[in-house]
Amino acid sequence: MITVNDIHKKYGSQPVLKGINLTLNEGQTVALMGPNGSGKTTFIKCILGMVKADKGHILFKDHKIEGDWEYRKDIGYMPQSAKFPERLKVRDVFSMLKDIRKDFNGTYDEDLIREFELESIFNKTVGTLSGGTRQKVSAAIAFLFNPSMLILDEPTTGLDPVSSEILKNKIIREHKKNKLIFITSHIISDIEEVSSHVMYLFDGQLQFLKDISTLKSETGEANLNKAIIHVMVDHQRKEKAL
Amino acid sequence: MMKIGKYVLSDILRNNFILGYTFFLFLVSFAILNLEGETTKALLSMLNIVLLIIPLTSLVFATIHFYNSYEFIELMVSQPIKRSWILVSEYTGLAISLTVALLIGMGVPVFIYGQSAIAGHLLIGGTALTFVFTALAILCAVVSKDKAKGIGLSLLIWFFCTVIYGGLMLIILFSFSDYPVEKYMLIFTSLNPVDLVRVSILMQMDSAALMGYTGAIFKQFFNETTGMVFGLAVLSLWTILPLLLSIRIFNRKDL
Repeated sequence: MITVNDIHKKYGSQPVLKGINLTLNEGQTVALMGPNGSGKTTFIKCILGMVKADKGHILFKDHKIEGDWEYRKDIGYMPQSAKFPERLKVRDVFSMLKDIRKDFNGTYDEDLIREFELESIFNKTVGTLSGGTRQKVSAAIAFLFNPSMLILDEPTTGLDPVSSEILKNKIIREHKKNKLIFITSHIISDIEEVSSHVMYLFDGQLQFLKDISTLKSETGEANLNKAIIHVMVDHQRKEKAL
Repeated sequence: MMKIGKYVLSDILRNNFILGYTFFLFLVSFAILNLEGETTKALLSMLNIVLLIIPLTSLVFATIHFYNSYEFIELMVSQPIKRSWILVSEYTGLAISLTVALLIGMGVPVFIYGQSAIAGHLLIGGTALTFVFTALAILCAVVSKDKAKGIGLSLLIWFFCTVIYGGLMLIILFSFSDYPVEKYMLIFTSLNPVDLVRVSILMQMDSAALMGYTGAIFKQFFNETTGMVFGLAVLSLWTILPLLLSIRIFNRKDL
């Protein structure tokens, strides 16, 4: 569904992505991991066309995304922290996003609006919402148009345990609908619950992209947390040897 | 195309700053019109407000608002919508709400106390300046990612247009006072939006007769249709060019 070909990106003279190649398909829930500053957010922003890569290209459903904007109709995005115009009502935010995709003719996926009970805050202005509630609105928006690809940037941080559980269940349901879901998170237990693959970025390069069971059997660890630490420590050892 | 424009507009119109600005303009215009017995004199005082306050508020408010809505703009960029539409919506939302504030704050007192052709010119001039300086503010905000730098840049533009440019003109006028430079002065004056509005309104007033030969040339020029068309053309260029340039930069920008 999405193919990334040799993506390079520098901020000034600082290289952030150093040639990433990968292909992701429907039915995968990929957890994007990596230490701070490894290029996770930049990589996501490249896919969304928010950051323009210096070199290389990205194909979404076999079409190049450079200079295109319509491909984003099929991507739902939940940013790390979302902000909407402060004096708008929550209701207006939803109707604005529906206005943007006026030609959308599927059925709206309002599961999260129901489960988070967002109807009760429809008349509140966005500026009065707490950080966690804004996260809920932002999550509901990402799923609203039933997109075939979802990009969730640290979706569960800031959510209370109940809401976090609701969101994870929703992700699992969408996964079963054969969608491509892309998640970044530092909470390994969350990742283990919802994802099928782990992708590890380090220093702007893709270290590995494997499904979780393969990763576990290769490292000989039964739990994902230990498996990943195993890989990370191995990696640091190699770095030191060089 | 204006899918998000109306939401941006309804957000900004409810901004406390816009309400305060409307109230301020209303109070000042009301006071000036009440204190000055003669309407023309009062309008002259109001002209100075239009020329100083409107560019300053437009620049500063638009720049700050753009930086404050950065995360929202980021989110919009991730939606299926062209980047240029996002920028144009932000611009129209800002320009329209500032214009509404001007037309209510200044228009209502003028309508009550001193309806005249000059008052109409004053409001048109103020609206034009709002559009021009909001466009320049967007350009400042798009050029620099750093908020302080962007606001500094917009203040510099205000300082240049209202103070420095006039000073430069005076220096040129004095240095070349032996030569007939009136026509060139006319051209140079028209290139600065603030001076252009000032001169075109002053020339509608009787005081233009006191300005000698230069005044006569200016008065003749600005009372003709060509002068009006020329003035409006220059002001539209001052709006359109910065806006096109900002769209160009914004389209290539990393967010």
